[in-house]
Amino acid sequence: MSSDQPFITDESQVVTETRDARMTGQGDRFNSRLREAFGSSPFILTKFDKFLNWCRGSSMFMLQFGIACCSIEMMHTYAVKHDLDRFGSGVPRASPRQADVMIVPGTIVSKFAPRMKRVYDQMPEPKFVVGMGSCTISGGPFQEGYNVIKGAEEVIPIDIHVPGCPPRPEALVYGVVKLQERVANGEAAPVTVKPYELEEFADLERDELVDKLADQIDDDELVMRYNFADSP
Amino acid sequence: MSLERPDTTDDAAIERTPDELEALLGDLVVKRDDHLNAPGFVIRPDTVQETLSILKEQAGYDHLSVVSAQEYENRYESIYHLKKFDDPTQEVSVVVPADKDDPVSESAEPVFRTADWHEREAYDLIGVEYDDHPDLRRILLPETWQGHPLSMDYDKDRPQIATLPEHANPLQEHHKDDESDTMFLNIGPHHPATHGVLHLKTTLDGEQVVDVEPDIGYLHRSEEQMAQSGTYRHQIMPYPDRWDYISAGLLNEWAYARAAEDLADIEVPEYAQVIRTMGAEMCRIAAHMLALATFALDVNGDFTATFMYAINDRERVQDLLEDLTGQRLMFNYFRLGGVVWDLPEPREEFFSKTRDFLDQLPESVEEYHNLVTSNEIFQMRTIDTGILPPEVAKDYGATGPVARGSGVDYDLRRDDPYGYYDELDWDVVTEDGCDNFSRLLVRMREVEESAKIIEQCVDLLEDWPEEERNIQANVPRTLRPDDDAEIYRAVEGAKGELGIYIRSDGTDKPARFKIRSPCFSNLQTLPEMANGEYIPDVIAALGSLDIVLGEVDR
Repeated sequence: MSSDQPFITDESQVVTETRDARMTGQGDRFNSRLREAFGSSPFILTKFDKFLNWCRGSSMFMLQFGIACCSIEMMHTYAVKHDLDRFGSGVPRASPRQADVMIVPGTIVSKFAPRMKRVYDQMPEPKFVVGMGSCTISGGPFQEGYNVIKGAEEVIPIDIHVPGCPPRPEALVYGVVKLQERVANGEAAPVTVKPYELEEFADLERDELVDKLADQIDDDELVMRYNFADSP
Repeated sequence: MSLERPDTTDDAAIERTPDELEALLGDLVVKRDDHLNAPGFVIRPDTVQETLSILKEQAGYDHLSVVSAQEYENRYESIYHLKKFDDPTQEVSVVVPADKDDPVSESAEPVFRTADWHEREAYDLIGVEYDDHPDLRRILLPETWQGHPLSMDYDKDRPQIATLPEHANPLQEHHKDDESDTMFLNIGPHHPATHGVLHLKTTLDGEQVVDVEPDIGYLHRSEEQMAQSGTYRHQIMPYPDRWDYISAGLLNEWAYARAAEDLADIEVPEYAQVIRTMGAEMCRIAAHMLALATFALDVNGDFTATFMYAINDRERVQDLLEDLTGQRLMFNYFRLGGVVWDLPEPREEFFSKTRDFLDQLPESVEEYHNLVTSNEIFQMRTIDTGILPPEVAKDYGATGPVARGSGVDYDLRRDDPYGYYDELDWDVVTEDGCDNFSRLLVRMREVEESAKIIEQCVDLLEDWPEEERNIQANVPRTLRPDDDAEIYRAVEGAKGELGIYIRSDGTDKPARFKIRSPCFSNLQTLPEMANGEYIPDVIAALGSLDIVLGEVDR
């Protein structure tokens, strides 16, 4: 629950008799600190949205998604020493249908961007994205590359950027925890302009390039068009 | 000690002088174009197969390391770098110029299978076309890409279109009857078992694999262009870390350092060589640990025991490397002419930490043997699956643990010595099983050999007199190697022969920088191992190849 506590913690205001009655004769294991805090009432009052956000933030399912160098550090983040699971977000799911957070760990190149967009589209709402490393911010050390997309944000919206090349596992943990905080507080994902979108080939504006490819690509085939000259 | 080569007396092993080779090739040689590492013979573009088969069959050059293509002002050029598996110091370059307006040259694929992918890459990035090639398509860039990015008139601002063929099934057209059990299955590019972004196009008959075609290029980060736009002295060194990013950084840096140092004639102080050797072997341990971890993940399918154990050991190595270099993964520790700084102070603490790690290593290797290699289920999955006969491995230019798992006794650390390896006591590991199990076993035994090397390096460093601790040679601030000098140099990376071809043009940046990636050649063998096997064996074979897509695609 977020910082303002919706339940009463002051001992003097709680009717303790019922609680005490209930607690006696029970093993200690039934009496958590949370139970004590709730006092006699088995009910709490909060906004439904707030409750749901709290649940979302406390239990996140990551997509098992390895792209490049950063995925090695991402694996270390999941594994023994750093153990992202301590924060309730360390169980990678292999299928995008079961995941709600995607960590983008690496450089996005022209051939992969449409696939990544597709994987992102397959995740159920609400979904969140952590951009890991400099490549997802700007293309990083490969920004000048002829084949490199200048940041993952060109393709999908990103909630948290973790800079570094690669970021240390601690940095990624910090980024994920920050995301959890934001999600628990119900802060929405930023809306970004996405210049590269998947669209059907026939929907592209007719120009020299499209004309040239017209006999190679079917009209209803999905394509992504890169305007490298306009990239930041 | 197996550091000495076994005796081979047949005709192919005889070392020939460049003039004898020229005499052997006779009229095929148009002129000589010697490289710093090897004699080079210029031949006509329609005599490639003839020349290469003479060199392969009569002179014993049975290893096509790499095909590097480039464009000059007045011509295109493909260079075939040949070596011998028995003695990689015997090298020869075959230079094939092609016409500027119509760059066509004969394919070497009928002679060396490995030329298939290498020539496709040359076509994709440079634009040389190969006659007689079985399947000349783009390999790294999308099929619909316009222009060849490493050719001279490429405009990198032009718009491009990449396709996403949804549910593409090339079989649909041909297999419409209900009888047929043939189906097409896409594995990847986003799939937990492909170790990154690899796409396998598999054709299945029931559960049996009829054909598997690796589709690569999902991580093609224009590494060669990045290196070509950096200066020799400092700007290139950060990139090698990112080729094979499984913390094998120092091994990759060494590949660049070795090529550039030989090109610019820089002598590395002995003390720096010992530090390099030690750091590189730590990287090898880390890389092999991850290979083991992900292989167990692929085969046993558990994200728990083996994976966590191996990552734990990796953390220990990475801590040591962090002490040494200041970074966990992207070290940027080598400099041309040495290393960037000396061992961390206090030195004794670093040595004792390293020794602690080495002391517990045999125990954890034992643990892996208990967990993995002596596990019956694991053995059933890996023994006698993914067979790669030595002759096939050689034909595909497979190197490293993949070749050594097939009994090919080839390790550049011993056969083409560099660094401090020839002064130390260690063995080259080979296994004759040719299967998935052997390849894993080679890696696990290599970890122990690496530990032996590190231990000897630590002993040496500990006793090194203080006044002789020279970590860097005197290297000019700006390096300008001679105009038109060409060199190909390779080191034994974690995955095999990692080579660099550099051509200088008299400026402080390379005119052509070509990376020979071991994974690129190793991955090419996958169809040989997988065809006819069951689908789980494909996954096991892929895991045992231990590819890293950053290095396959570059």
